Order: sequence, then structure tokens, then C-alpha cells
Amino acid sequence: MQMTKIKHHLTDALLMGYAAGTLPEAFNLVVATHISMCDTCRAALAEFEAVGGEVMLDAEPVDMAEDALADAMARIMNAPQTSLPKAKPAGGVFPAPLRDYVNGDLDRVKWRKIGGGVSQMVLKTEGGASVRLLRIPAGTAVPDHGHRGTELTLVLQGAFVDETDRFGAGDIEVANEDLNHTPVAEQGADCICLAATDAPLRFNALLPRIAQRFIGI
Amino acid sequence: MLNEMHTLAKADAVTVMPVYKRTGNAGIRATGANRVMAEATTKRMAWVTQVAAVRDAKDKAAFAELFAYFAPRVKSFLMKSGASPDLAEECAQEVMVTLWNKAHLFDPAKASVSTWIFTIARNRRIDLLRKQKRPEPEDLPWGPEAEPEQADAMGLQQETEQLGQALAALPAEQRKLIERAYFGELSHSEIAAETGLPLGTIKSRIRLALERLRHTMK
Repeated sequence: MQMTKIKHHLTDALLMGYAAGTLPEAFNLVVATHISMCDTCRAALAEFEAVGGEVMLDAEPVDMAEDALADAMARIMNAPQTSLPKAKPAGGVFPAPLRDYVNGDLDRVKWRKIGGGVSQMVLKTEGGASVRLLRIPAGTAVPDHGHRGTELTLVLQGAFVDETDRFGAGDIEVANEDLNHTPVAEQGADCICLAATDAPLRFNALLPRIAQRFIGI
Repeated sequence: MLNEMHTLAKADAVTVMPVYKRTGNAGIRATGANRVMAEATTKRMAWVTQVAAVRDAKDKAAFAELFAYFAPRVKSFLMKSGASPDLAEECAQEVMVTLWNKAHLFDPAKASVSTWIFTIARNRRIDLLRKQKRPEPEDLPWGPEAEPEQADAMGLQQETEQLGQALAALPAEQRKLIERAYFGELSHSEIAAETGLPLGTIKSRIRLALERLRHTMK
């Protein structure tokens, strides 16, 4: 995968939440996909994981059962030696964690139209947040909306522009209650994004509000 | 078997399996205020050597030492994260078995042994307690790489030790908040951006290593 110049990164709260393992699966997928594309955040994650290691070291030790070590040793000796090397993925648009959820790359996505030229594919995750791939045709706008919770939008291809800035491949926008925006896909290529929310979006116009009931965004 | 293990555990695995050649003045001078720091870093380097002994020689004594130190802490961490004592015990054992099986993946220039074990425990916790999949970042083609430089490994271990000491020195209330974040009691929107921890040194080190890697991949 080609490393592009990434300008918009994960927040410390998201990095710490991912390091701690407390984010919903939908957010984990967006975070893992961004980190696959972004060395800055990969390095920052390493540091937040180090904090976790120190917190663990500091925990008052709790005695293990007397035969715990012998048990562990027996498990090691009895386990079949299966070290399946992970097949090295060929280059494409989607980083490995996303490919796992799509069962392939961009060409395997089953798009469904959701109105205004925009298409989506919802990816199956557990735990109170949802994540979808979005395809916004070049030059098209996503209806003006706000957020009840947190929305993470990671650009995988193309770019979009909203009231705050331009977001290109690898960039992630972290939006919360105080952001109302109308993302517009740049001219040129279709904009493909991975977007996760932990609460339904708040569309400001009536028509998308009605459509929302049918597309579950 | 058990008695044998305990006897083995007393053996000094560090001197049995030296994998890192001493390069003389690499790192730390054991004088004055640096002394505690130096000893703690030496302990971390001993863990590194023990993991290497497990990897290279399937060294049970080295494993027993790691088990004795880390398993009770992993168990405690899991109990604080909401696991029952039985589940935490079971899970801590699995974490240590994973350490044995994946010792070849550990890189002391990129993580302290405590950090690595924490990530294994965290992933088991997500599997067991939350029953969710954990998407992981794409693996990087780090290898084939020469044995990491002693100075790189030592530097990273030292920085992790500094981080641990800074955490311990935080005001109790602040430390509690960080602990709660890692025990899973805070959502990401409740996590404070300002932790008071001196973050940045480990990140810079890993960032440099990544730049070197990208350079060699070109």
C-alpha cells in the first residue's frame, strides 16, 4: 500500500481506548484500518500500549493456583504445533483489517444505493456502534447533518471537503456533537470512506430524515 | 514435575542464556539518582533475555520466571477488568501459553515485555468478556532483520521504565483515571485527553524505526 501524506489523525482518547481494548468493534475497525495507513498513529499506539503494560505491572498481584505453571506447561507440551503463516495480501485499496470484513478488496463490496447518488455497505459488527463503507460520487454532497455521538470517517480513496477542511486518502475525521457538516466529494474520483457511528446521525433536512429510517444510518 | 519446575525457576536464566552482547557503555551509568532507574532497566532487560531463551531454547526455567512474575499481574488486571477469579486464572494461563508460542514475534526494540504481555491479555479479554472480534492493524514486513541493536532495545526498555515511574508519581486521582481507562471502566468520550504522562519519547523512537523500514522497502 502506498503511504500518502496524512494530515488528520486519531485523537488521543481513541488511541487510548483502542490500546485499552474498550472501543466498540465498529470503532476498532476504523482505528485499525487508519493505523494500517498511518505510521504516526501506529507509533502513538505503541506508546499507549506501553502505558497499559505499566498499569498492568502496577496491579496488586493475585496468586495463581498452585499447579498453574505445571498446567500451562502441560498445555504447551500437548498443543499441536500449528503456526499458520498469514498469507501476504496483494496490494489494493483496502488495508488487511478492512479486507477481513469485506472478504476482499473494493471490487468485492456489495453496494446498495441510499439516495442522492450515495451507496453504502453495512459491515457486521457487535457492540453498540455501526460501521459502513460509503461511496460518494465525485462532486456529490452528503446531506447536511449533525451527530448525537461520535462519528469517525476514514477516507480510503478520493477525497471530501467539508466546513472544517479537506480529507484525502488516509485522513480521518472525528466528529462529535458540536460539528454540523456537509461533506462534498472532490471532483475526480469517487470518494470511498469507512464511517462508524455510536449514535444515529442528525440530518437537518426533512427528506434525508425520512430516508434515514430505511437505511439505518 | 511441579517440584522440578520450582527448582528450575531458581536457576538464573539470565546468565544461562545471554543473547545480547554487552557493548560496554551502552546506556546507563549506575550512579546516584540513576541507580534505581538502572536496576529497573536491568530487570526489564532480564525479561527480554528470558523471552529470547523461551524462543531460542524452549527454556522452561526462563518461562517459569516469567510466569511467576507476570501471571499474577495478568490475573489481577483481568479481575479488575471484570473477570471472575476463575476466568482470570484460566485466561492468565492462556496468556502465558501464548507468550511461549509467540515468543518469536517479540521485538525488544519495539516493546517492553510488560507491554507485549499486556496486549496479549487485552486481546484475550476482548475475546472472552466482550465476545467480539478485534480488528488489528496490518502487519508490517519488519523482517528479515538482524537481531535488534542492544542500544535500541535498551533505550526502549529504559523509556518504558521512565513511563512507569511517571505513572507511579502522578497524583492518586489522576493515576486512578488512567487505570480506569485501561480496566475498561471509561468510554472513549470519558477519557481525558490530558493524562499528565510524559508521552512522546516512545512514539518518536517507534516513528524513527518505521521511517527506516519504509526507506528500506522503497
